[in-house]
Amino acid sequence: MKDLLNRYGIGLTTVFVTLTAFWLLILVVLPNIYLFENSFRPYLPVVDIGGPLDVYSLDNYATFFQSPIHIRVFFGTILFSSVVTVICFVIAYPIAYYLAKVANLSVVPTIFLLLFIPMWVSEVLRSFAWFIILSFNGPLNLTLIGLGVIEDKIRWMTGFRSVIIGLVYTYVLFMLFPLYNAVQSLDTNQIEASEDLGAPWWRTHWRVILPHCKPGIASGAVMVFMLSAGSILVPTLLASTNSRWFTEIIQQWMFESQDWNTGSAYAFLLLILCTVFVSLVMWLFRVKLSDIAK
Amino acid sequence: MTAGVDLDNVCADFGTFRAVDKVSVNIQPGEFFSFLGPSGCGKTTILRMISGFTNPSEGAIRIGGKDMKNTRPNQRPTALIFQNLALFPLMPVWENIAFGLEVRGVGRAQRRQKAEELLRLVDLHDAAEKRISQLSGGQKQRVAIARALAVEPDVMLLDEPLSALDLKLRQHMRAELRAIQKRTQVTFIYITHDQGEALAMSDRVGVMSHGKLQQVATPREIYDAPVNGFVASFVGENNIFAGDVTRTEGGIAQFDTASGRFQGRIGPASTGKLRLFLRPEHVRLQAAAAAVNSIPVEVTDVAFEGNFISIHAKDPTGQDMVAQTRNDGGLLPSRGDRMHMVFDAQNALILAGETAAKDVDA
Repeated sequence: MKDLLNRYGIGLTTVFVTLTAFWLLILVVLPNIYLFENSFRPYLPVVDIGGPLDVYSLDNYATFFQSPIHIRVFFGTILFSSVVTVICFVIAYPIAYYLAKVANLSVVPTIFLLLFIPMWVSEVLRSFAWFIILSFNGPLNLTLIGLGVIEDKIRWMTGFRSVIIGLVYTYVLFMLFPLYNAVQSLDTNQIEASEDLGAPWWRTHWRVILPHCKPGIASGAVMVFMLSAGSILVPTLLASTNSRWFTEIIQQWMFESQDWNTGSAYAFLLLILCTVFVSLVMWLFRVKLSDIAK
Repeated sequence: MTAGVDLDNVCADFGTFRAVDKVSVNIQPGEFFSFLGPSGCGKTTILRMISGFTNPSEGAIRIGGKDMKNTRPNQRPTALIFQNLALFPLMPVWENIAFGLEVRGVGRAQRRQKAEELLRLVDLHDAAEKRISQLSGGQKQRVAIARALAVEPDVMLLDEPLSALDLKLRQHMRAELRAIQKRTQVTFIYITHDQGEALAMSDRVGVMSHGKLQQVATPREIYDAPVNGFVASFVGENNIFAGDVTRTEGGIAQFDTASGRFQGRIGPASTGKLRLFLRPEHVRLQAAAAAVNSIPVEVTDVAFEGNFISIHAKDPTGQDMVAQTRNDGGLLPSRGDRMHMVFDAQNALILAGETAAKDVDA
């Protein structure tokens, strides 16, 4: 704070702090408090709001636990978000390793630029592009048939396939960057020492590089998982009738049933249960929160 | 097991820069061999080529008579100790040491036993379960040595492993390394820019400059009979005079310099720009002038260094000179004294070639 004052003077510092505080308080904290408070109140006609029926209860939360379909959708969301996270890791790790340790320093900025360019297009357009690519008569099927890889067209947009593809594409960079940082921070001598002691490449990765990258993997995984589980856009565009995402149920409560109270309860359930799940996985892999913060 | 290492006209090019230029040397099995040179002379590149991390652009490297071309680092009978040691911080000490055995499929109990054995060899008891971060610099050093010894290499490669240690520990580890080498009979190839280290530990030293091997000889020969100006000036201290040979007789030349006419031994290569090199310990300081090889000087500084004393002086041309005498309890000259620096022709060496830029930390 003192640094900030010294560097920018009282005027600019006030502007910075006010803007940050405005963003945090008005746009993040207050709406969340509002929703949190609402999630404990019943959904009532306008005239009854504030009346004797308007009392706090856990009924909205109980709705979820009494609905097997919603529970199933929730576990589906958790499961397929985990699948997305694993696929992102499998794709991002070799790229991160290549960029950090193998690639010539002069090409790295170019590759990063190429990775970034798709991010300049809005998420809606990118997801919609996948909608076109994956459609039954779309370019992917035609290309695969043209190359002779498949004989009959594949119905991509059924089940969770297309959602997984869309989410991986959207969030893979959130895995790549923490991984890249983690691999890059590893002293190259460690890799060479391992090889010098006779280790084949896979053992060097397993015993030296991956353990070093654990915090990076964890922060990438948490990000991809949370973003995937909380994504509404990709499932809305790419899911089919038999692949429902939990966020779609929240949206239904809020915008189709107009029941913001139950919707809020569901939103907080998603947050809480995902946090519990993530903590569990982190405990399983012995990752500490402080590791990730680094 | 131990094996010799043959470098046969080895070159290393990085783009247009030639880091190592036609280096040929036969290192004997069980020998302690040092490459000595200033930073950037190509010595580390040689080590990386022997261990397999860099490929020579020309020439051949043979270990135990076997050509190492196309042999990956993990297939070579060498073990490298890195300058920063490169211990694995996430493994306890014993797993570090046993890593090479783990790679070779040795069972856990046996690995542990071997690690304990090596820990005793390097004088580190009860450290098996410690984390690397809990060790001191000297202890890390020992773990790195143990880790390299664990794979029973034929050749041990050491890249300035003592440079991060403080002076006392460095001197202690010198003796220790030497002892371990004698005990295990493994060929040690040691890289250093510290002449003291190279001279004290090695059976033979190869002095390098600008990618070229300047001289390969025993430490004594390197110091007493350097083949050119670079070796003479890089190893040890000198009083240096530039000049020309005007007459030669029986290996003793008459050498004319700005500071006077001297007599000195003519070195092996004596064409091109010549200089006379004179070690400070071969210079005597006396009140009266001598018939030959005598320079009138004015003492500028007397540095008392315990076991010996360095006397700095200026000759009439303004050149700084150093004489070094043993501390025998005698009288010392003091600043401003006018005296004569005298030396024997046998101890003055006339050599050709560039002199080394003074290495600050050597």
